[in-house]
Amino acid sequence: METIRLNESEDRDFIERVSRESGQAVENCYQCGKCTAGCPVAFAYDLMPHQVMRMVQMGLKEEVLRCQSIWLCASCVTCTARCPRNIDVAMVMDTLRIMARRKGMIPPGRGRNVALFNNNFLRSIQKYGRLFEFATMAMFNLKTGQPFREADTGLTMLRRGKLKLSVTKPRGLEEINRIFEKVRQAEKEV
Amino acid sequence: MKFAYYPGCSLETSGKEYDLSTRAVSKHLGIELTEVPDWSCCGATAGHSTSHLLALALPARNLALTEETGLDVTAPCAACYQRLALACHELKQNPQLREKVNEITGRPFHGKIKVISILEVISSVGLEQIRAQVVKPLKGLKIAAYYGCLLVRPRAIQIDDPENPQIIEQIMQAAGADTVDWSHKTECCGASLAVSNEEVAIPMVSRILKAAALSGANCLVCACPLCHFNLDMRQLKVNRLRGTNYYLPVFYFTQLLGVAMGLNPQDLSLHTHFVDTGQVLKLVG
Ligand code: SF4
Ligand code: SF4
Repeated sequence: METIRLNESEDRDFIERVSRESGQAVENCYQCGKCTAGCPVAFAYDLMPHQVMRMVQMGLKEEVLRCQSIWLCASCVTCTARCPRNIDVAMVMDTLRIMARRKGMIPPGRGRNVALFNNNFLRSIQKYGRLFEFATMAMFNLKTGQPFREADTGLTMLRRGKLKLSVTKPRGLEEINRIFEKVRQAEKEV
Repeated sequence: MKFAYYPGCSLETSGKEYDLSTRAVSKHLGIELTEVPDWSCCGATAGHSTSHLLALALPARNLALTEETGLDVTAPCAACYQRLALACHELKQNPQLREKVNEITGRPFHGKIKVISILEVISSVGLEQIRAQVVKPLKGLKIAAYYGCLLVRPRAIQIDDPENPQIIEQIMQAAGADTVDWSHKTECCGASLAVSNEEVAIPMVSRILKAAALSGANCLVCACPLCHFNLDMRQLKVNRLRGTNYYLPVFYFTQLLGVAMGLNPQDLSLHTHFVDTGQVLKLVG
């Protein structure tokens, strides 16, 4: 890892923002490492959960928002359940992911496909009101340049009636569209 | 007993076994389920990963629609349960936020209903009552009950202990099955990463299968369509990629409860799994 110069990178505003948006007292973390010990995805992380917490405390905004871990976090909430300081670590991870996205940062490494998947998923909901599994998977495959990924799985599912080539749209599609638009507007005003 | 029923997107497709068996078992136990009119997606992981407000507004629309029916709502899918229950909790706690979200959805939610998991609904019938309905005890089954994350975390919505829950075991024992004590019942299976980063999800699935096999279980029982797909479909992949030969059919608890109560197998969709269920079901007779 590169050398970090504390005095230059300290960013008070960032610390306060993470605390406010996550509703968590990040300064309470005393680095016991229990969050990391229980994290089922830690083996694939570039920054361990307790390191993320420490770097937030130090205001290392760029470093934290640029890591893969915030994207790979599976939101299993084990860290939160076990933190002796009652910090909702999973909520901090969520908040950081949302902040990185809002800043338009391109997720690094394995984070890229997580973001792509999430975007496709939400686009399906906005368009159809429900998840159109088939179209969402096909679109993901196309965008990641692997058009035949899971084709045999898809066929098996189709044969067993577990995949539909259409989706039942709720009548309130207008409403759902408006929810997306209004959320977008409200977040611009933050 | 009457509940509004929120199937959620997966139960219409990849999780159809769960939908069919939940409806069949509920009917048999005298639980009346009415589908939430015009429900829409809860937003799932993509929603709360993207915007806190969106993660509240998408469930809030469904909560408001349910409230109009005057019923409490149950969602079999663990992910839908968690999203609906968390939003319900937060909107009840914070009237200011509720107003803001109501303005976004255009459908007022007043915080008057409850979100209940299907496990709680069925166990509220009473274990004695369930036992009385069993015509074909699940003897021969040694079940590793798998809860995953979404039903037991975070605290505000947990249906049972986050480290050692027992509700599935109790129901399965009432149906005459043996259950094992094991280490990975609330360990995450990585379903949310499985599409975008399968190489990260595979070791997570593998660890769970290994622990279940070591405990002596001959099948897994779950209550989540995402866990089900991940453990069932990817079990074959784990075997192929890692040279293992796990054979652990993955059932929904409602499917096995249906078997025990002698319901029509057609209504339980027992043979649409990736890991064949036949050999294990033969043990029940
Ligand atoms: S478990 Fe809590 S206190 Fe311990 S390192 Fe993690 S966040 Fe900090
Ligand atoms: S919520 Fe994320 S960071 Fe916390 S234990 Fe689960 S995967 Fe790890």
